[in-house]
Amino acid sequence: MTTVLSGFDVAQRIQQKLPDAIADATPEWAEVKADQLIETCAFLRDDPELDLRFLSSLCGVDRLDHFEVVYHLLSISRNLAATVKVRSYDRENPEVPSVVPVWRGAHFQERETYDLMGIRFEGHPDLRRIFLWDGFPGHPLRKDWLNFPGGQMAGLERFPGEPRGPLEGRG
Amino acid sequence: MKTEPFVVNIGPQHPSTHGVFRMRLTLDGERITDADMVIGYLHRSMEKLAEERSFTQVIPFTDRTDYVAAMTGNLAYVLAVEKLCGIEAPERAQWLRVIMSELQRFASHSMAVGVFANDCGAWQTPVMHMFREREKILDLFEMACGARLTTNYMRIGGVSRDIPPEFLPAAHKLLAELPTRMDEYEGLLVENEIIVARSRGVGVLPAELAIATSVSGPMLRGSGVAWDIRKADPYAAYGRVEFDICVGTNGDVYDRFLVRVAEMRQSIRILEQALEMMPGGPVAVDIPVALRPPVGEAYGRIESPRGELGFYVVSDGGPAPYRFHIRSPSYINLTPLRDLAIGATVADAIVILGSIDIVVGEVDR
Repeated sequence: MTTVLSGFDVAQRIQQKLPDAIADATPEWAEVKADQLIETCAFLRDDPELDLRFLSSLCGVDRLDHFEVVYHLLSISRNLAATVKVRSYDRENPEVPSVVPVWRGAHFQERETYDLMGIRFEGHPDLRRIFLWDGFPGHPLRKDWLNFPGGQMAGLERFPGEPRGPLEGRG
Repeated sequence: MKTEPFVVNIGPQHPSTHGVFRMRLTLDGERITDADMVIGYLHRSMEKLAEERSFTQVIPFTDRTDYVAAMTGNLAYVLAVEKLCGIEAPERAQWLRVIMSELQRFASHSMAVGVFANDCGAWQTPVMHMFREREKILDLFEMACGARLTTNYMRIGGVSRDIPPEFLPAAHKLLAELPTRMDEYEGLLVENEIIVARSRGVGVLPAELAIATSVSGPMLRGSGVAWDIRKADPYAAYGRVEFDICVGTNGDVYDRFLVRVAEMRQSIRILEQALEMMPGGPVAVDIPVALRPPVGEAYGRIESPRGELGFYVVSDGGPAPYRFHIRSPSYINLTPLRDLAIGATVADAIVILGSIDIVVGEVDR
């Protein structure tokens, strides 16, 4: 079985090497400060006890007041999995460092995240749209993309036929 | 003499690109000096659509990402949601999931191998042979769920319905003939002079580069990395069946092809065990129609025929996923395409792309 590392363990391990790189940690993930992302990722990749050389998945999440980029990491030699996150609070022009220098597998995934979520990856070698055409208005995976006058936020408020209830005003 | 680089577009509508996919090659004579890919022709924005659907309503989307292997798409998604909700599917459903996934893997690999032979110049004959067995597998799917391609079979907490009584005899009959068919294919293709000449030593992907570029599935194993999520992190009932991880040695196009052929044999092996070991009992647990997973997130990964298929599902406690992300192996396996294509000839680029085995529905989503 793949051992899923707790966010606390990952954070502790990072802190031994990079004392102020960790912004937050939960049982599930460790959050890294954006300005130390590259060093932290390089450490996670090169540390012989973690050896997280395989970037499984990279994606962005719109949390309304901030954007998150989630990295699902894997160690093939040690059969470990870990989750690392980084946040950007700039709603208009979110930017995080690109991890392409650490994991080349991030190349297309960062392009995808830029295209659909509008997060800019500083230092990416070729940051262009990939699925949508140049000139497409906005970045559709953002929660407010449908928020035109008279429109509404994306998301299913309630099941069909269900009375309006505590979930009213979701999103 | 004055020369200049020549740009040639292969696709979007071209038989060698296996869908609406465009390779933009810059050529110096016959040699490729730069390669770019243009995708998005099939982009349906499933990740956004899923935010407006209930968790169960998302399952049909997963058929339509990788439409050559719908069963594994279904499975990966429901496993992620089950992880999020802490639901465990009953025993029989776990085995049905293994059976369907392996049938699907055989069908998908037979298509990959047949179409790859097509790319090598064996025009249509191997494909037609491969499709014969694929058809029989699709007939089994039709028995089980009424559909052949967009199966929509897996459910959160089990599968949509039990298999009908005629399924098992038909599956046993098919399994009895598959090994002889495999002998036939291997005799036809594996030592075939044209295939060997076109693929050996072409598109070599070293193991280091494969891991660095997040390549997974038969492509990673072709480079000699023994990584299979069915073994490394067993899901459904894979922990209880015996099979081998098939690896290549050189990481070239030929090895990727051999890994797929060998995996088809292993799928037969798994199916034989699974059909024996499947117990009776219920095939699904009751889940609320209005399923509201707890606030949180889950990443579920499985070994699809193309590699690591992952679903990242974020719930805010509402009826629909707050965020739904597909980590599609076809898309990420294209990352080293540029490295593999540079220095190769145009004819090699076709074979290299064929050996990656993309499904454009999954590349674009």
